[in-house]
Amino acid sequence: MLRRLLSTAGLEFRIALRNRWVAMGAAMMVLFSLVLSAAGAAPAGGLAADPLSVTVASLVSLAVYLVPLIALLISFDAVAGEAERGTLPLHLTYPLSRWELLLGKLLAQLGVVVLAVLAGYAAAAAMAFATGGLRAAEGLAALWRLTWTSALLGAAFLSLGHAVSALSRRASGAAALAIGLWLVMIVLYDLGLLAAIMADDGGRFTTQVFPWALVLNPADAFRIFNLAASEAVDAASGLAGAASSIAIWKPLASLILWPVLAAGLARLSLARVMP
Amino acid sequence: MTILTLTDLSKRFGSQTALDAVSLSVSAGERVALLGHNGAGKSTLMKLVLGLMVADDGTIELAGHAPGSAVARSLTAYLPENVAFHPSLTGRELIRHYLRLRGQDPRGADALLERVGLGAAARRRIGGYSKGMRQRVGLAQALIGAPRLMVLDEPTSGLDPISRRDFYALLDELAGQGTAILLSSHALSELEARTDRILVLSQGRLVAEGTLAGLRRQAALPLSVFLRARPGQGAALAIAFPEAMVEGDVLRLSCAPPDKLAMLERIAARRDLVADFDLSPPSLDDLYAHISGRAA
Ligand SMILES: Nc1ncnc2c1ncn2[C@@H]1O[C@H](COP(=O)(O)OP(=O)(O)O)[C@@H](O)[C@H]1O
Ligand SMILES: [Mg+2]
Repeated sequence: MLRRLLSTAGLEFRIALRNRWVAMGAAMMVLFSLVLSAAGAAPAGGLAADPLSVTVASLVSLAVYLVPLIALLISFDAVAGEAERGTLPLHLTYPLSRWELLLGKLLAQLGVVVLAVLAGYAAAAAMAFATGGLRAAEGLAALWRLTWTSALLGAAFLSLGHAVSALSRRASGAAALAIGLWLVMIVLYDLGLLAAIMADDGGRFTTQVFPWALVLNPADAFRIFNLAASEAVDAASGLAGAASSIAIWKPLASLILWPVLAAGLARLSLARVMP
Repeated sequence: MTILTLTDLSKRFGSQTALDAVSLSVSAGERVALLGHNGAGKSTLMKLVLGLMVADDGTIELAGHAPGSAVARSLTAYLPENVAFHPSLTGRELIRHYLRLRGQDPRGADALLERVGLGAAARRRIGGYSKGMRQRVGLAQALIGAPRLMVLDEPTSGLDPISRRDFYALLDELAGQGTAILLSSHALSELEARTDRILVLSQGRLVAEGTLAGLRRQAALPLSVFLRARPGQGAALAIAFPEAMVEGDVLRLSCAPPDKLAMLERIAARRDLVADFDLSPPSLDDLYAHISGRAA
């Protein structure tokens, strides 16, 4: 079981390296992290927080967009591409279970996401240490939390990408679905919640439904957990203020459950594929 | 010993019947070809045998096991139709992976690639391979673990004649070791008379079965006879063989197989008019057109 899974993961990782997914993901993360920490350093100067914690707070709002995007980009082809090339039916005649196939791909692609995230965060951290000196070390705990939650967020969206990939017969269709999923879950979801809060004006929705709605979306759970844990204020998000009342275990549970749930979804949608 | 038995197998896609009560069996060491036009149901039959799809009716037994079961999978190798392995990988990396999936030593990859004639290209990326080389990679993975049954979907389509001959030589070797081989083709001429039995599928039904010689006998297609006249005797020859058609500078006659000797006697009797003659059996494509035409 493990041998087949690892062999699949090894092969997938090699493909990701050669397709330059690793290089592109890392370059994207480094570039945006550096731009953001350069831009974020100035206004935070007056706060008491250390420079790395301030950087982490702005990295959170970067990661919430980029990590799901990178994850979906490298995962949408996983099943549809193999179906198109004709290797999917072949794999399914091997003594390889559909779980092993999915988890092998997930492992390799998670490696790519983690490498990209590490590159970006390391660059931002280096900059925080360069400007703030050793005081930046106070923010290391927040940075570590950001890193492992990014991995969880990435795993959730990788499996969602696999689910989308198995649902559509062609890689091009899977790409469109993946972008649509990103738009809905990352952009429109928050806009919708904001609009609902405005319309509700402090009513039942804001107090009862809204906190749960935030926690249920893995990206929002990621944001709330990181910001609440570091007690930083996220100026970029209008949702953060209202979210401060949510108990911290809720977004954490959401972040841990989502990768499992998404992997289950991917497995279910792969089961429907008749190669 | 029978490796594969299909009984009254049927498969429908919506209102369309892809396979209609097909029964067949394949024994160890036997090479069986499924012949049929595009859409005849060849790939569907193979996918049912491999357990990739489930039949609507009928049964499949693979050395006593259900298709798709763990044992059946370990006994079977498959080469899908038009398979395209990931272009970024080398042949060697891919075969090493497939060896690991079958629980075998990945160091066997080089020997397998050598066996299909890819030893020199093993470390190059598949993206740079020719169609024939890619098909050999597919064949190399199908050789892993000495399978009892090989299912090859249109393995020689698009191969040049030399690669095709090498391919059949390899199949002969495998069949000699007892592997049962079920392969498909949409052209009788591609089979090169290298199979033990031919099954003709048409619109999901089995319409003919037998050896190539047997199918030829059953079809009893006429032979073509070509006569060339001696100089100045063209008109006389045309009168002697009034049923002949003029094709350029030769006369063409058709002759039913039982009348072959009589025809030769007629030609020999007019050796004063005939400079030369040729006799050609019906082509494989003609034979196939006849069989599938009769079925339709
Ligand atoms: N997955 C599928 N869904 C719907 N129809 C299918 C499917 N697979 C095959 N068919 C139909 O079944 C028939 C047989 O197809 P196939 O087995 O691929 O033929 P062949 O391999 O002989 O060309 C065709 O008419 C094809 O359109
Ligand atoms: Mg086919």
